[in-house]
Amino acid sequence: MSFTVTSEVTGGIAKLTLAGSLDSSSASQLQAEIQKVAGEAPTELVLYVADLTFMASAGLRMLVFAKQKLGTSVNIYLVKPQAQIIDTLQMTGIIHSVHIVDTYPA
Amino acid sequence: MAEYDLRIDYYPTHEHQDIKYRRGHVLPFGATMVPNGVNFSVYSSAATSCSLVLFEKNEPQPFAEIPFPDEFRIGNVYCMVVFDLDFERLEYGYRMDGPFEPTQGHRFDKTKILSDPYAKAMGGRDTWLGPPNWDNVYPFRSRLVFEDFDWEHDRPLEKPIEDLIVYEMHVRSFTMHPSSGAKYKGSFAGIREKIPYLKELGVNCVELLPIYEFDEWEHSKQHPDTGETLINYWGYSTVNFFSPKSGYAAAGKFGMQVDELKTLIKDLHANNIEVFLDVVFNHTAEGDHRGPTISFKGIDNKTYYMLTPEGYYFNFSGTGNTLNCNNPIVRNMVLDCLRYWASEYHIDGFRFDLAAILGRAQNGAPLNNPPLLESLAADPILAKCKLIAEAWDAGGLYQVGSFPAYGRWAEWNGKYRDGIRKFLKGDTGLIGEIAQCVQGSPWLYPTRGTTAGINFITCHDGFTLYDMVAYNDKHNYANGEDNNDGANDNESWNCGAEGETDDAYINALRHKQIKNALSILMVSQGVPMILMGDEMGRTQWGNNNTYCHDSEINWLDWGLKDKNADLYNFTKHLIAFRMAHPALRNRHHFSHNDWKGTGYPDISFHGNTAWQPDWSSNSRMLAFMLDGHYAKNGSDFDDYIYVATNMYWESAYLELPKLPEGLFWHVSVNTDMPAGTDFFPVNKEALLGDQYHFILGSRATIILVGRPQLIPEEMPITSPEEVAAVAEAQVPKAATAAKAKTTKAKVVPAVDTTAVLDPAAPVKKTKTTKPKK
Repeated sequence: MSFTVTSEVTGGIAKLTLAGSLDSSSASQLQAEIQKVAGEAPTELVLYVADLTFMASAGLRMLVFAKQKLGTSVNIYLVKPQAQIIDTLQMTGIIHSVHIVDTYPA
Repeated sequence: MAEYDLRIDYYPTHEHQDIKYRRGHVLPFGATMVPNGVNFSVYSSAATSCSLVLFEKNEPQPFAEIPFPDEFRIGNVYCMVVFDLDFERLEYGYRMDGPFEPTQGHRFDKTKILSDPYAKAMGGRDTWLGPPNWDNVYPFRSRLVFEDFDWEHDRPLEKPIEDLIVYEMHVRSFTMHPSSGAKYKGSFAGIREKIPYLKELGVNCVELLPIYEFDEWEHSKQHPDTGETLINYWGYSTVNFFSPKSGYAAAGKFGMQVDELKTLIKDLHANNIEVFLDVVFNHTAEGDHRGPTISFKGIDNKTYYMLTPEGYYFNFSGTGNTLNCNNPIVRNMVLDCLRYWASEYHIDGFRFDLAAILGRAQNGAPLNNPPLLESLAADPILAKCKLIAEAWDAGGLYQVGSFPAYGRWAEWNGKYRDGIRKFLKGDTGLIGEIAQCVQGSPWLYPTRGTTAGINFITCHDGFTLYDMVAYNDKHNYANGEDNNDGANDNESWNCGAEGETDDAYINALRHKQIKNALSILMVSQGVPMILMGDEMGRTQWGNNNTYCHDSEINWLDWGLKDKNADLYNFTKHLIAFRMAHPALRNRHHFSHNDWKGTGYPDISFHGNTAWQPDWSSNSRMLAFMLDGHYAKNGSDFDDYIYVATNMYWESAYLELPKLPEGLFWHVSVNTDMPAGTDFFPVNKEALLGDQYHFILGSRATIILVGRPQLIPEEMPITSPEEVAAVAEAQVPKAATAAKAKTTKAKVVPAVDTTAVLDPAAPVKKTKTTKPKK
């Protein structure tokens, strides 16, 4: 399944909407988008991932990348991740680096 | 997809099947990500040609095979950079041509695709017991890993080894049982879910049975009677030394085993728990001349394996082959491997399986000055890692006490295990040996100090602690070898019935024996190690060699924690006691002198009569006392500690050594008492009424603490029976007293001893100050 990502930054909050399958072939798209929004020094990063069906390790890498790129003080929110994505985040421990929420703002 | 780097040294010069590549870097060996590509480097001393074979993940056939051009070989090293590969979906291997001349040590086979000895992850066994495709042209596939894990502020903990309490565990067994309640059963993530348990128990180091990629299907077979599938469950058979076992990761099916393991280690460290790996550098999964060709055998057989002059495999490991560890090439691989685990995975220590093999020359003879062991001991990256040897091998080399240590190596103290086991079952002639055991075995390690010995009574090999007191003989029929496998010298005693019994007396005695064993272990100088589940009476139903069972024989039944709550609570107390008392954790041996002029030597031995131990051959009782002024070899301060252990079947009337003025004996542990009064928590110990005598039960152990008395508002206690009766009532008040102690409030030691001896006389509440620590 193909991957799409769109982004906007409003009021210092970066919002990215992800859909499809995030793997090594699509991770660079997300990386480019994170780099783009990082230029505006957001205070929070919100990823809308309800339509994201799969996240491979390259996808996880992007969360780590985002944290390093934006700084550890920038909270990262994942809005409505599917169960399989939450599982992956749990197993690898990255769930502690992000906030899982049903809506944003919560 | 890739944005080309501007560096001019990373552009393609060659092309093959539309794949671009160029000359590579000889070092580092393995596959390394470089700008826009991957550098591949592999060595072989005798190959005549080599090609790189590339697969898409899980595809049956390679998508490309690139021969290394002649000019890409420097010395014996083949290297190239290949561009535009999908890091995450790539699986790679090598095909090597060369002579097949077993008598010369060469076994090249160009029909085989070989995995990289330096691969950092393996595909092919992604999930535990996933059914293998036996027709796979390349079953164990080398993969790439990202080394961008977010460790934040973590690094190895570097705790002093004498302060460790090691918990030996099997990754899968720890949480696989349905009772574990873990979401990710049998995995690294499952252990992470159980970190609160490890914290509660109090251990500060976990030692994981092998986690290097192995093949659980190796030598798998059906039990001839039951039909049960028996497998390579423990994993003492390495496929690749740099790769974590994918089947141990819940995320292994996504290829994320590296992330999952690193997350576990990071979280254990955050909880102050070190991580040791049990590493198997003595042999590999390739077996002997009949075994499979996975990697080393086809890349450089003569270099990697010890061979007889006829070209057969030496078998010092008991498993078919022996890694040629003191060949300089292999030695470097071992060193590279350990450096990788120490730096990339933040591993705190390594336990080397059958480490005596690492001290053998290439012809198998033991070396006086084995270069590998010396290299490891002197390595700057491993400088703070604990190095622990299993100081024997299957070829008869037994080096406990004589393992080449270079001031660094510790070893599993097998003689400690044997001595304590014999003592526990009532053998005579052991009092001198037990005195050595509790001192940290100075007879074995006269110059190496107490920390040379890892003290243990049980480990994965052999009986569990419960089985040690429930079985006289091994019961290994489930292993399918007609009970012929496994050791026969178990030094165990079943307490009166073989196996499970309804006899309450026998069951009570078994629990008491377990408490005796753990008590001695936790008051011994040296580094204690306990086996997973021994704290709750785990049984393997008498099986002392459970290497092949993925079943409840190995899985930890968490229900035992409630069923044997007395054992669990007792173990927890002993661990807390050890951690609270630096006098138990010296780094150097006792001096047996009173060099501080306290009136007592650092350690003294006692018998029925104080200061007169009975060393005679029919004695089964020993007591010792530690003077807290000599804690941590005199650099710390502690209470006085008196331990007496009696393995005779009748009780012993002990005269206690007299304490300095103002100090009083308190009971911390008495294994003769039933649950509830078998121990008193740290700082809530029960004051001993009779300060001069103690009736030590049959097959029982006591631990007393000599220190100022804490606000004695109750009548003094005069006998073990009264300890039992008063214990419950006293605990809350003692708790109050303990609080008072910590806030430097009233401490009342100076009691008239005649009053203590007379239960009818009230205690004088004389206020004095606590001796300055």
